Amino acid sequence: MALTYDLAPGADFSAFLRKTPKGETSLELLVKGARCAGCLAKIEKAVAQLPGVDTARLNLTTGKLTVTYRGEGDPAAVVRTLDGLGYPATPYDPGQAALAHDAEGRRLTLALAVAGFGAMNAMMFSVPVWAGLFGQELGVGARTMMMWASAAVGAPCAIYAGRPFFESAWRSLKRGRANMDVPISIGVILTLVISFVETVLRGRDAYFDAAVSLLFLLLIGRWLDHQLRAKAKSAAADLLAMQAPVAAVVGPDGLERRTPLSEVAVGDVLIVRPGERAPVDGEVVDGISTLDNALLTGETRPVEIRPGGVMQAGALNLTAAIRVRALARSEDSAVAAIARLVEAGTQSKSLYVRLADKAAAIYVPVVHTLAAVTFAGGWALGLGPREALLRAVAVLIITCPCALGLAVPAVQITASGRLFRKGVLVKSGAALERLAEVDHVVLDKTGVLTEGRPKLIDAPAHLVAMAAPLARASAHPLAKALAAEAGPGPMAEGVVEQAGQGVEGLIDGRRARLGRAAYVGAPDGSASETELWFGFEGDTKIRFRFSDQLRADAAETVAGLKQRGLTVEILSGDLRGPVAKAAEDAGIDSWRSGLTPQEKAQAIEALAAQGRKVLMVGDGLNDAAALAKAHAAMAPGSALEASQNAADLVFSGEGLGAIVEAVDVARSARGRALENFGFSALYNIVAAPAAMAGLVNPLIAALAMSGSSLVVTLNALRLARAGRS
Amino acid sequence: MNIFFLLAPFSVALGLAALGAFWWTLRSGQYDDPAGDASRILIDDPEDRPA
Repeated sequence: MALTYDLAPGADFSAFLRKTPKGETSLELLVKGARCAGCLAKIEKAVAQLPGVDTARLNLTTGKLTVTYRGEGDPAAVVRTLDGLGYPATPYDPGQAALAHDAEGRRLTLALAVAGFGAMNAMMFSVPVWAGLFGQELGVGARTMMMWASAAVGAPCAIYAGRPFFESAWRSLKRGRANMDVPISIGVILTLVISFVETVLRGRDAYFDAAVSLLFLLLIGRWLDHQLRAKAKSAAADLLAMQAPVAAVVGPDGLERRTPLSEVAVGDVLIVRPGERAPVDGEVVDGISTLDNALLTGETRPVEIRPGGVMQAGALNLTAAIRVRALARSEDSAVAAIARLVEAGTQSKSLYVRLADKAAAIYVPVVHTLAAVTFAGGWALGLGPREALLRAVAVLIITCPCALGLAVPAVQITASGRLFRKGVLVKSGAALERLAEVDHVVLDKTGVLTEGRPKLIDAPAHLVAMAAPLARASAHPLAKALAAEAGPGPMAEGVVEQAGQGVEGLIDGRRARLGRAAYVGAPDGSASETELWFGFEGDTKIRFRFSDQLRADAAETVAGLKQRGLTVEILSGDLRGPVAKAAEDAGIDSWRSGLTPQEKAQAIEALAAQGRKVLMVGDGLNDAAALAKAHAAMAPGSALEASQNAADLVFSGEGLGAIVEAVDVARSARGRALENFGFSALYNIVAAPAAMAGLVNPLIAALAMSGSSLVVTLNALRLARAGRS
Repeated sequence: MNIFFLLAPFSVALGLAALGAFWWTLRSGQYDDPAGDASRILIDDPEDRPA
């Protein structure tokens, strides 16, 4: 719900400079468009030649440039240089969270490597034992020695590589629930114990290699799932890190300093320039300007503000620099209140049970009962306790949810890779699962259905050209839209801008004004905020009208959603008129206007109470709470931090087609995941009775597990191929 | 049979060496920028040319 205007040029980036432990200053920038070796060489060379720069290194994979300075640095010079080369760049603050996350990824990768090593080397000693199963000569002594060797390699590896599963299973059990990791942990631990006992008793069945290869296959699934989340997290963090949390505070000496947002105190006087957002709630002490509250209330109409008026945090200053006295600290400001609503909504979302855990809830009791029955039944039928226990363990190993553990991550990583190529960022696998279940779509109007920028409508080209020189000299968003329509050209002379009124200047020696009706001297007093008047002194006044245009594919997208059996609705904070018009143009029958952020969230809750699974698409701060409450949520890349945080998927690009695409991919991903579950069930139906009958030996267990995992992975990859054709 | 006690630990040691090498590549950040590393080798730096 945001009318986005271009932010102020010449911003101060010094808040992004960080001191390294070695006493140097470093700066991180996100560089767009660098793809090849040539770009890399050009960028690093140009930046390294800037005064004070020590080193410049570009990471081509992530598009991040790290610059270190000897002493003090000038970030703006780096940005200008890169702009000059044709690579738009933004400084950002990487923060600590990214580093902590990376450690988790490395731990998983290492566990995967250890499991791979253990599986291969333990199997080296298992092969002679397997050969012995087919009647070849292998004495009991040699076999036991092989089993000890297999244990020496396999058991430590299994214990190390199994830690992620054991820890997760323990956490889940402490909360009184059983997730997928519980049967995995029980299976692995029991297998190791029984195999040791068998080895000590000089028996035949040791499953050390099976335990490690099981963990290896499961870790592949776990690692894929982690990569998916890490990629989405870093992409989202990049977007957010660019919004520098600094404020311009005027000190007692009258000088301005850049202050981190968290240090702004009540009573501080701040300067908010045109194009900047208010960092905290504040009272205007000096200056007259217009504010865009669209992010806060959803209302697209700019509001005039004078000394004594209150500017809420998040409001965008449009026309003139103003001085504001802080009324609240950053965490107490209006934006923070919305952030807390988002948090509450996110908690309700975490109650969602993922597909794999749902499957585990059925699977765990069945398999464990089956194993218990095998043991008890076998003993009762006269097998002897040792043989009965071996068969029970064989049941646990052969049915261990290898395929189940891979079934969902493999599908989801393929699906999100396919969406990523289409410009849609999926934040988690659970998001895809929820999106597939959606049956109702709620759209925000401004910034989602519409482009979120004012656009000149039905104006003859010669009139536009006449007013353009004055429009080019103004910073007002409507004037900018007018100038954009006219294209490049001359600028008026002697321009004076009257804050909140308009601009005056000389065009070809004639005095002209552009601005509000009253300022220009037009008879019409309607003073609508979506129009601009222009006139030469003593001449006829011309009216320019602006409107927020519907996105080109809005109607097509709505039709596409309806075709897929979804109902579509608009919830907007804007006035009745524009919402009704947008709804009609987009072909949506059901709409509500003038909603506050709380009312939006309540509307979503009401729908959920009726049992509807709602997909919310929104971009403003006023949508954030609703996004967090909805079953699934999408936000465009232009959306604000809070909204992107609250959304499950973020889509970039001009069109809304991404919504339909995402729903399609999510649905087919769900289909594939269910197919994989079906295959796993079928496999278990065949394998479990075989294990109960004592037909399974360590070789068959190893083959069956890798075979079923392979089938499941290949089935997941079909999803990627479907996307290319 | 004696050869077994020589070769089996040797092959496991080889495997461990490979694991250690992988651990080193992971720790030294060699997977942080695969695209950049692939491109850097193509950059002609005049200073690197043999005289």
